[in-house]
Amino acid sequence: MRTVYLAIKYLALLLWSSFIVFPFLWALSTSFKDANAITSGATYIPWLQFKPSSQGWASLFSDGSTGINIVDPYINSAVVTISASLIAITLGTLAAYGLSRFEFRAGFIKNNDITFFFISQRIMPPIVLAIPFFLMLKTLGLLDTVYGLILVYVALLLPIAVWVMIDFFGNIPKELDELAMIDGCRPIGAFFRVILPNSTPGLVVAGMFCLIFGWNDFFFAFTLTFTKVQLLPVAIVSLNSSVTPWWSLSAFALISVAPLVLIAFLVENFLSKGSLAGAIR
Amino acid sequence: MYRDKYFFLLPGLVVLIAIIIFPLLFTIRVSFSSWDVFQPGLDYIGGRNFARVFEDTRFWESLLRLSVLSVSSVLLQYVIGFALALAVWREIRFRRFFRVLFLVPMMTTPVVMSVIWRTIFHESLGPANDILQAIGLGTVPWLSTGTAAFISVLIVEVWQWTPFMFLLLLAGLVSLPREPYLAAAIDGAGPIRTFLQVTFPLMAPITIGAIIIRLIEASKIMETVYVMTSGGPGTATETSSYYIYIRGLRDFQIGYSAALSLTYLVIMIISLTIIAKVLARMLLPREG
Repeated sequence: MRTVYLAIKYLALLLWSSFIVFPFLWALSTSFKDANAITSGATYIPWLQFKPSSQGWASLFSDGSTGINIVDPYINSAVVTISASLIAITLGTLAAYGLSRFEFRAGFIKNNDITFFFISQRIMPPIVLAIPFFLMLKTLGLLDTVYGLILVYVALLLPIAVWVMIDFFGNIPKELDELAMIDGCRPIGAFFRVILPNSTPGLVVAGMFCLIFGWNDFFFAFTLTFTKVQLLPVAIVSLNSSVTPWWSLSAFALISVAPLVLIAFLVENFLSKGSLAGAIR
Repeated sequence: MYRDKYFFLLPGLVVLIAIIIFPLLFTIRVSFSSWDVFQPGLDYIGGRNFARVFEDTRFWESLLRLSVLSVSSVLLQYVIGFALALAVWREIRFRRFFRVLFLVPMMTTPVVMSVIWRTIFHESLGPANDILQAIGLGTVPWLSTGTAAFISVLIVEVWQWTPFMFLLLLAGLVSLPREPYLAAAIDGAGPIRTFLQVTFPLMAPITIGAIIIRLIEASKIMETVYVMTSGGPGTATETSSYYIYIRGLRDFQIGYSAALSLTYLVIMIISLTIIAKVLARMLLPREG
């Protein structure tokens, strides 16, 4: 009975694992194909089923008219995502700390309402914001620039940072701040000297989520930039609509999702130590 | 000295209000104008755009399609995600390997993976049909018939976002207290009874949170649709966001798309609130 149960469990886990891995393996295999290998139908194993070719990967790293420029989109994506994440985490951490330690009141608005206002921004569908953002950035002269995108991404990521950090600070005992303040610290001093140094787990989790949602956003980059600045997802999708061969597309796709896959290891690490539970809920 | 508290809150609040409130107010104002590609400008035409929204069957159909798509994909994600989380929760072989692997899809860019999925669902050259044929099921016209295209989008959504559900639920499971399990073991409860009477009730708040978070994100579905089917064939996979996108940024009917956006936003907020209330009543024990 127990062996049957275990067999079913491992079979299910293996089945789901293959479903998850399949697109990556397919893309990897496709990236080594040439026109012949693609048009002769679906094949999977190089050497055995088709003759591998390196033209897909070569097209990413050669300049000139045939090459695809992946360096600029890569740098742009990294600059926008990292700067917006840093700004969002800074503002979000301060706000979350304020909301978790002090009482704010403006008429009928209290702490919970302010918290809700921050987090509820995730409900806003991007399409609702796209046109106003477009006109706003046009007025500011920030359309098609890295700065404009950073501004928009801060708004996108701030709710995530606040959400993670409020929960995190909720789990840090208030006695810690009070001890510091008895020692003569003002709240700002207590925050920087005592709380912040103890907040690394929360900050890392917030940072991971900001990186994931920033790096993977497509819609705002798609509607707010055109020719001068191109982020990775936009670069890939614009290739998708033209006659770009599958081998280049697959290689490009793999290379663009690769860095964030590393975050999965980090998340698992936190999960196994049990310290993620307080930070996301 | 307690002025300090404003130092914490204000920077973030001011930035968010500046970036969010302007677009919202602007959208409200524009929705009462006839701004389009021929006459860009803020005239005032009263509620005519909203009257048009109510008669726009294509919009209401897209909303119905979105509800079916997001509810079915989130339910699938919940069931699969919970099953996976339970499977790798306690000690099993290769536990960390499975955990990392199950998280990977949520780290990847949805549009980029959709580009790959489009090649997978290619009718003559893609592996989806190749595999179906190999096990003797015949081919499916994945992206060229309505139902199949809808299912393709659903499959991609489940692939992409089950990991997020898995993460939230597993984080919840890991943080559960041990005592109720000891009590259940002393009572001699089997695994199924333990799940129904201990794990599931303890996980109820997390379940509600996870489902709501995923519904919010799923209600924005449009990138997958844009890349894989462009809403087609016909309008078979057109979701609300994608329809508003077509009206606003392709036809440049700015005024009308603003009215659509606001209607959509209000419906979204109301229905999510109702769903949250209903879930809470169903799953949480009554107090008092």
